[in-house]
Amino acid sequence: MPYVPHTPEDIRRMLDVIGAPSVESLFDEIGPEMRPKRFDLPEGQSEMDVLAHMEALAAKNVSGQVSFLGAGFYDHHIPAAVDALSMRSEFYTAYTPYQPEASQGTLQAIFEYQTAVTRLTGLPYANASLYDGGTALFEAAMMSVRHTGRRKLVVCEAVSPIYRVMLNSYTSNLHLELVTIPHKNGVCDLAALTAALDADTAAVIVQNPNFFGAVSDFSNLFASARAAGVVSIISVYPVLQSVLKTPGEMAADVAVAEGQSLGLPLSFGGPYLGIMTCNKALVRQMPGRVVGRTVDGQGRTGYVLTLQAREQHIRRQKATSNICSNQALCALRALLYLCLVGQEGLTRTANLCLERAHYAAERLTAIPGVARLSGSAPFGNEFAITLPVNAYQVIDKLTSRGVVPGFPLGRYYAGLENALLVACTEKTSMESIGIFAEMLRGSL
Amino acid sequence: MNTVFKKSTPGREGVWPAKPGKAAPDLLPAGLLRGASANLPSLSELDVVRHFTGLSQLNYGVDGNFYPLGSCTMKYNPKFAETVAALPGFTRLHPMLPQLKGAGRLCQGALEVMYETEQLLCEICGMKAFTLHPMAGAHGELTGVMIIAAYHKDKGNKKTKIIVPDSAHGTNPASAHIAGFDVVNLPSKDGIVDPDELAKVLDDEVAGMMMTCPNTLGLFEKNLPRIVEMLRGVDALLYYDGANMNAIMGKMRVGDAGFDVVHLNLHKTFATPHGGGGPGAGPVGVSERLVPYLPISRVEKLEDGQFFLNYDFPKSIGYVAPFYGNFGVVLRAYAYILRLGKAGLVRATEAAVLSANYLRKRLDKVLEVPFDRVCMHEFVASACNMSECHVRALDIAKALLDKGYHAPTIYFPLIVKEALMFEPTETESLDTLDQFADDLIAILAEAEKNPEFVTGAPRTLPVTRLDETRAARNMELTDDL
Repeated sequence: MPYVPHTPEDIRRMLDVIGAPSVESLFDEIGPEMRPKRFDLPEGQSEMDVLAHMEALAAKNVSGQVSFLGAGFYDHHIPAAVDALSMRSEFYTAYTPYQPEASQGTLQAIFEYQTAVTRLTGLPYANASLYDGGTALFEAAMMSVRHTGRRKLVVCEAVSPIYRVMLNSYTSNLHLELVTIPHKNGVCDLAALTAALDADTAAVIVQNPNFFGAVSDFSNLFASARAAGVVSIISVYPVLQSVLKTPGEMAADVAVAEGQSLGLPLSFGGPYLGIMTCNKALVRQMPGRVVGRTVDGQGRTGYVLTLQAREQHIRRQKATSNICSNQALCALRALLYLCLVGQEGLTRTANLCLERAHYAAERLTAIPGVARLSGSAPFGNEFAITLPVNAYQVIDKLTSRGVVPGFPLGRYYAGLENALLVACTEKTSMESIGIFAEMLRGSL
Repeated sequence: MNTVFKKSTPGREGVWPAKPGKAAPDLLPAGLLRGASANLPSLSELDVVRHFTGLSQLNYGVDGNFYPLGSCTMKYNPKFAETVAALPGFTRLHPMLPQLKGAGRLCQGALEVMYETEQLLCEICGMKAFTLHPMAGAHGELTGVMIIAAYHKDKGNKKTKIIVPDSAHGTNPASAHIAGFDVVNLPSKDGIVDPDELAKVLDDEVAGMMMTCPNTLGLFEKNLPRIVEMLRGVDALLYYDGANMNAIMGKMRVGDAGFDVVHLNLHKTFATPHGGGGPGAGPVGVSERLVPYLPISRVEKLEDGQFFLNYDFPKSIGYVAPFYGNFGVVLRAYAYILRLGKAGLVRATEAAVLSANYLRKRLDKVLEVPFDRVCMHEFVASACNMSECHVRALDIAKALLDKGYHAPTIYFPLIVKEALMFEPTETESLDTLDQFADDLIAILAEAEKNPEFVTGAPRTLPVTRLDETRAARNMELTDDL
């Protein structure tokens, strides 16, 4: 039997020591009324056969498409060394570092990850990561609720709709009020957001670049929030944080991000990485694991899980969150990515993304009937265009010809049925942008 | 070892992409750009490889070390599952493809993996339907309790409480609380849930009860049929914490036994790697009456054999994940289940229980085992003998590290003094178990003669015991603080 090493002789010896007549007798406490009514599973297969089956399934997914689909999840180049190093078994077959003396590798890597993400967001503290960007946003909202004792969350409608629906699900049993401030042609309505802040507001939640790709400076909004005792929460795109004004520079209180773009494959939605950073006042409200630096009995530097008094295994229902893991291996990959590309490589990557997206916007809006949804508002690696026809129509036509043109905004925004969200990364070639533009022109 | 940031040499080339023709200042207003550099390190690829290879060598992992870590099921993770998860046909797939009308046809293979995995988990657990969305065990708990809340809300039941036995994982009460419930603690008796104690706290306001079975003492909850009946009497639902699923595959199906909700830890029972603390996956299965409340989306199979995602479930709790859960983890678990098949899964459970009982009998002469009867896949011992504690669980744990073993889980469950929780799993050989038992017996004998032998451990690792108080006080969480 694969992966079970016991021989019949081993089993006999073990039963003798236990003093049990048979292996089945060890299950005697499971009474007849609790026994399975059936257990109708397929027979096992050889490794070769399972691999062949999985390869056949993988081949049923169409590959080789030119894709402009992003919407918060991007296809970036992953240096080969990210795979090679993260696949070292000492990292991926280890457990949570509860025994720090035998886990310094994992612990120091997480400490370095915490350092790297704080440098990206410009806020001084980070946790060891959460499941994904949406969970991080919800947990940030809960930090603000605990910190302020208030129960209203003011959310910009240009925050990813995927995260807003997660916020909805999670807050529905918690008697929190979610107030959504409509976007204006894909741009955050800063005046309306500011006006919505009051003495009941726990947090204001924005995203930069927002779901439509638009880039803003939220400094004034955050200053108003601070004056009203409201926590400022911002979700960012980590690759662009090498060039865009940081949450720290805007004086945000909490910055979260989806870390997928840092060395993680798209992998059909997960595993991903929820990045969380915050200022000092909120550190003890952070959910999940945190690694800190300390010394051992000989004064040597070492790393441990710390601030555990917040956590569920000690506080049970009074914990800051029920989360008792982090995405350690994903955090390691993000750190490896950031170290391998380095300061210069990440900046180049961000600039390539911007350059390609701006070229694409120029080419696409040159087509009659195609315009940018947000007019001349600044954008990053992604932008929304309006089409003379329903966006689904264009998607249907182009995907069958090998180009995935982007995301139909009508999926989440009523009234934007003709709008398409187009993303570029450093992997998007200038040629493919030209092909896309010509194909779109021909389809309209 | 110095941090990677200290090893940075400005100007050194890493894995850089080509130089762009335009840069941010050419394309965006200056007011939107960052002032100071992010100050990420500048390193050669070899610098990075050396640094992280060095770090990895400071770790224990299942491939190198026996990991009898109770309740965590640190079994061997077969390598072929990594090959499966790395297939480009899966890794390159954008999660939003199926949301583009007609584009579900571009990812039929992935949807089929999800559909088939759900079917297999349903059969293993005896549940009506599964969702793969929860991204960890605790996330599965939260999802399950949210489903319980939605069920009662839909029926118009006024329910405010969830019962959690004292032997449960700390995540259970935290998950119930985050789902909006008050938590009622239930003391256990003789190591298991006692129906008389349950009767004292059970009333019409109870929405459900979260059970781990076998429980965290490794004991089977033999009063289960009575408990199921009592909960039905007040329309309360029974939740199964699947952390200990490795003990019962093919021996009990939680649905058949009367549970309404179950979460599984794919990274435990189904052999996906723990990754140093994640990512895991915590799929949730439900009985028929809870199917309408499962998270959206759900994968369905059409008559023509095509798969698609259905978003139209008005009673659903909504979204708990951005997409379909940790698909990369699900892939590994699916491949593992196919490889083992029916006989292999049963055999895994049988061997896990056999090994735990063998280790228990090897150790119960030197350690007190408070509930010294047949256990399931794990057992809990105490470092105290007749409430005299000569040696602490923590010290035993550290001495084991010196011998090249990962320590068992310690100080859990809280109801056993100086607890040591052992779970050997089915993948460790008899030789390994014997060597471990011999080494542990030797440690205890040495500790009796020379307590400093264990209180001073570990001595052979990169660091000795670390000052955790200082870490919490100084809050040095980054290299810049």
